[in-house]
Amino acid sequence: MPAIVVKNLTKKYGGVIAVNALTFSVEKGELFGFIGPDGAGKTSLFRILTTLLLPDAGEASVNNLDVVKDYKKLRTQLGYMPGRFSLYQDLSVEENLKFFASVFGTTIEENYDLIKDIYVQIEPFKKRRAGQLSGGMKQKLALSCALIHKPEILFLDEPTTGVDAVSRKEFWEMLKRLQQKGITVVVSTPYMDEASLCGRIALIQNGKILGIDTPNNIVKTFDKPLLAVKARNTHALIEALRKYPHMHSLYPFGEFLHYTDKRVQFSNDEIHDYLTTEMIQQIEMKPIEPNIEDCFMALMEKQDHE
Amino acid sequence: MNEPGYAIRAEQLTKRFGDFIAVNEITFDVKQGEIYGFLGANGAGKTTAIRMLIGLLSPSSGIATVAGFDVYKETENIKRNIGYMSQRFSLYEDLTVKENIRFYGGVYGLSSSEIRDKTDFLLKKLELEHARNMLISSLPLGWKQKLAFSIAVIHDPKIVFLDEPTGGVDPITRRQFWNLIYEASSKGVTVFVTTHYMDESEYCDRVSIMVDGRIAALDTPRGLKRIFHASSMDEVFLKLARPEKVGDI
Repeated sequence: MPAIVVKNLTKKYGGVIAVNALTFSVEKGELFGFIGPDGAGKTSLFRILTTLLLPDAGEASVNNLDVVKDYKKLRTQLGYMPGRFSLYQDLSVEENLKFFASVFGTTIEENYDLIKDIYVQIEPFKKRRAGQLSGGMKQKLALSCALIHKPEILFLDEPTTGVDAVSRKEFWEMLKRLQQKGITVVVSTPYMDEASLCGRIALIQNGKILGIDTPNNIVKTFDKPLLAVKARNTHALIEALRKYPHMHSLYPFGEFLHYTDKRVQFSNDEIHDYLTTEMIQQIEMKPIEPNIEDCFMALMEKQDHE
Repeated sequence: MNEPGYAIRAEQLTKRFGDFIAVNEITFDVKQGEIYGFLGANGAGKTTAIRMLIGLLSPSSGIATVAGFDVYKETENIKRNIGYMSQRFSLYEDLTVKENIRFYGGVYGLSSSEIRDKTDFLLKKLELEHARNMLISSLPLGWKQKLAFSIAVIHDPKIVFLDEPTGGVDPITRRQFWNLIYEASSKGVTVFVTTHYMDESEYCDRVSIMVDGRIAALDTPRGLKRIFHASSMDEVFLKLARPEKVGDI
């Protein structure tokens, strides 16, 4: 049974189309990720789905409730953690949590089980004002507040943006545990490497979905052999491959360059020979599996060509 | 050929806020023209260290020079010789592209004719000629960040400090941004950069990783991977930062 059904959903701001006729659905119990850069339309989409913004066209329902007509009822069933910290800075940790519980007609005690894992980590600071918490603690409090009314579906808008690699991993582990408790989790992120942590993902750019599937199936749509190339001088290697007439795409990835070729059939030796004549030294070359970022860039290029 | 000089030298640089030691005796050098990655978890002390280096915060103890100027006494000279750009603050949203260039050019003391030449040059290079009179607020983030970088080096500073310049930027633009960094570096500009994208740390000549106010490791990306028996910088970062994270929430 679907948790979210969206049909031709559109949102415009003046001449800018933030959400462009999106159609998709998310099943109950999924951990679903919207992956895309800033300005892709993620926040507008989330604000429509959480009943905070009216769409210009199309329709959307969450838990079988229409986001426009049934917004009052829907609000009791969903949790939302916005990208910007939106709790009361001058209330204490405990006061914030109590406030959110009482707004939804419940108490901390009633749903403590759900937030326990997260809240125990900030409980020692429960008398501290929210404005004086560190970034990581604010995030845990915001998540506790979004969960205290035991929502069936949780929306998190870029919870890991600007967060370091270690804390990001820990945050995703928390999301996974929530999913295991039966909550549908919908999350957005600009970090492509977080895609593999989701059950299904939608790659989103300029208000459109470039691809929607499991991370594995998205990777399968990458239809060219991918080579990782390295040499002593990376800059010289880039220059040489850029002017190679058969080059289709070339992107730096850490210490390697990811290369695809225009030809259907070619041998790596040919490229190696070419690079040698270009005086490139210590060439290392190996076929690799594409990752989500490779796919995202390939899909972006395809969209630009259309 | 001359031995390249140092753009930044820091020795036991420390900043205390009351009982809390935000930056704890960090010692490092950055060579002229180097791309230096300054990494660390949130709260490790990166921002405090950068604020000391760019002359916005006086250290508690230790020594540091930036572009040859002392971080205690010569902060005005430091500000004139560096460029700075961060994800949070870069350009004025309610000014146009052209107006932003003119404003920053003026702040950095360029003459009107220099500003005019730089404006044409930059817009052409970034392929933003059509956007000359557009408000910054109407530009996509990727364009803004590329423009912000170009403006941060408009006065040909010796060093440019980039604080998470690519956060949230799409993957293709992120790579174009790094091209701009390489280009500046090849012209001799020293680049001091922070990022949460671990693949980007591989693009740096050398990288330091701060953990709880200290520099816990400093080497080339290749050297760090060897020392920590890791296949990627991501792994290096996790190995270094993870044990320290247990008590820190």
